Amino acid sequence: MTTASPSPAASPSSAASTSSAVSASGPVYAGAAGPAPAGSAEGPGRRRRLLPFSPWHLLLAPLCLVFAIPLIWLLLSSVMSDAEINRFPPSLWPSGIDLEGYRYVIGNAMFPRWFANSLIVSLTAVASNLVLGSLGGYAFARMRFAGSRILLALMLATMAIPFQLTMIPTFLVMKRLGLIDSLGALIVPSLVTPFAVFLLRQFFLSLPRELEEAAWLDGCSRLGVLWRIVLPLSRPALSTVAVLTFLTTWNDLTWPLIAINHDTQYTLQLGLTTFQGQHHTRWSAVMAGNMITVLPVLLAFLFAQKTFIQSITSSGLKG
Amino acid sequence: MPRLPTPVTLPDRGEKRSPRTRTRPLLGKAGTAPGAPPGRHTPRRRMRQETATAWAFVAPSVLVILGLSVVPVVWSLLLSFQADDLVTPSRWVGLDNYRALAQDPHFDQAVRNTIVYTVLYVPLSIGFGLLLALALNRRIRLVGLYRTLIFVPFVISAAAQGVLFSFILDPEFGAANAVLDKIGISPQGFLNDPGQALAALLAISLWSGTGFCVVVLLAALQDVPPSLIEAARLDGAGRLHLLRHVVLPSLGPVMVFLLLWQAITSLQVFDLVYVTTKGGPLGSTTVIVYFIWEQAFKNFTAGYGAAAAYALALALLVLAALPRLTRSVRDRARTDRHLEGAAR
Repeated sequence: MTTASPSPAASPSSAASTSSAVSASGPVYAGAAGPAPAGSAEGPGRRRRLLPFSPWHLLLAPLCLVFAIPLIWLLLSSVMSDAEINRFPPSLWPSGIDLEGYRYVIGNAMFPRWFANSLIVSLTAVASNLVLGSLGGYAFARMRFAGSRILLALMLATMAIPFQLTMIPTFLVMKRLGLIDSLGALIVPSLVTPFAVFLLRQFFLSLPRELEEAAWLDGCSRLGVLWRIVLPLSRPALSTVAVLTFLTTWNDLTWPLIAINHDTQYTLQLGLTTFQGQHHTRWSAVMAGNMITVLPVLLAFLFAQKTFIQSITSSGLKG
Repeated sequence: MPRLPTPVTLPDRGEKRSPRTRTRPLLGKAGTAPGAPPGRHTPRRRMRQETATAWAFVAPSVLVILGLSVVPVVWSLLLSFQADDLVTPSRWVGLDNYRALAQDPHFDQAVRNTIVYTVLYVPLSIGFGLLLALALNRRIRLVGLYRTLIFVPFVISAAAQGVLFSFILDPEFGAANAVLDKIGISPQGFLNDPGQALAALLAISLWSGTGFCVVVLLAALQDVPPSLIEAARLDGAGRLHLLRHVVLPSLGPVMVFLLLWQAITSLQVFDLVYVTTKGGPLGSTTVIVYFIWEQAFKNFTAGYGAAAAYALALALLVLAALPRLTRSVRDRARTDRHLEGAAR
């Protein structure tokens, strides 16, 4: 981009490759700062700069630092010693890496258990949302049965019901089922969401019908068609459902707070809030615990950044 | 219970393509075409089997979703007319809960706090998000890193945010006061000060929630048709003109979505309040959902909590219906104008 390519043939291809690279991280609207077309007189000349970098950095770099500082502080304080944290004014940079907080948290009888509970609940939710969501979504997309339209409309309508309206009676339902104070109370309501069913249905509708029909006529069962043909084509939608389900179940605090009393059944989020009260003097341990709570979601985000962003925008915009 | 970012208004694309969805290509072929591959079943049996399979596919979802939404919605309404402590049998009290709610100063304060929080959070997060999205919507180095940094707080749970910020904003040994001390400002109470607690909560939510607006708006900005911008440029539009007359108008639908979405999330804020202030100090951060939770699961007056929940749900319903209503009013106004024009 910095040097003009000598051959005219290379120019469009380089433009194409830069624009595709941009679209991977998100395309800009054309013309804002796009590569000037070859032969345009004002192209490179107008781009002479006073600074060696774009002036936008002067605005964006400090702003982004503001967004990053609390998280950096979380990381730093989790490796500080308690003496260092409790000093006033607290040192803003650790003198050395002290893993005492982490050792304390992991050695704590309950903390690993809370981690396991959170993992069990979240992974079950992801798996069951994928399975039940695809089954339901496929039936609504491709199969005809009496009442399917009404049923779908009803399911959609439930998305508009605020959680606060249902939280007290859901507690009562779970109590009747004898699930209160067990992981079952956390798992059952998150088994499948209307969001998963609906998103997958919309995706299945967009798939070409012909492939399925061919398999169907060859004697493949409905389940076989779904498993062999539809699901392999549906990776984007499935990963969207998986990512969003994991994010919401892992991060949820309200429902575990209501449904769980005994600390052996706590999730990580719930444990963290009580942990904070019990260990007020051991801030390094609290911050280490917080770091461990945040880490899985953070890692999931960094590894699947593209899917994450897509799932956020598609759940918001494709409507 | 997971609360996914559910789309508020989803047009049912499948249904709109009615001619295609109404036909039954699979069944039709298998059932009527004489040259259909030899099935093991007659058409009618096959159809019955198809219905059975369909029901088997949807039954688990239907059971969980409708069972845990329709039943609770009705139950909640019944509860709101009862005195219930979640343990002993409840007693019918009619409209007493609602009457008490209207006179309860704590509910009044919770409503006021929630409204203040929402009225500040929604425009600030969207406005701030728009500025950042416009700045990030250009091809400069490190832009991917910037986007990541701004979005990352959004994926962090409210519980973790709360713990982190009660540490940073601790009036005695928090980093925030240490920094203020260095630049010569006297230490602040932040979450412990009734006058500042709600503002501090707002700042934390903006820290985590702006990234969502940025991502959604960036996606929308990239959907602005390049041909429009090209045309405007050829007509001599400057950067500001471009922004004012081409870019911003095309963001309309996304703005409506964000407004609704941010309003709904801020009206339902709970986790952060629970972790940081527990509604205090002096009720200055008691929001509606916190009030409901407190009534039902702390004071064991579930019926009263359910009544408050119904009041909130009605408010949300009105809010969700508002854009549709205004749209239909606007459409009617437009058709009226059209008719007028035709008559003239």
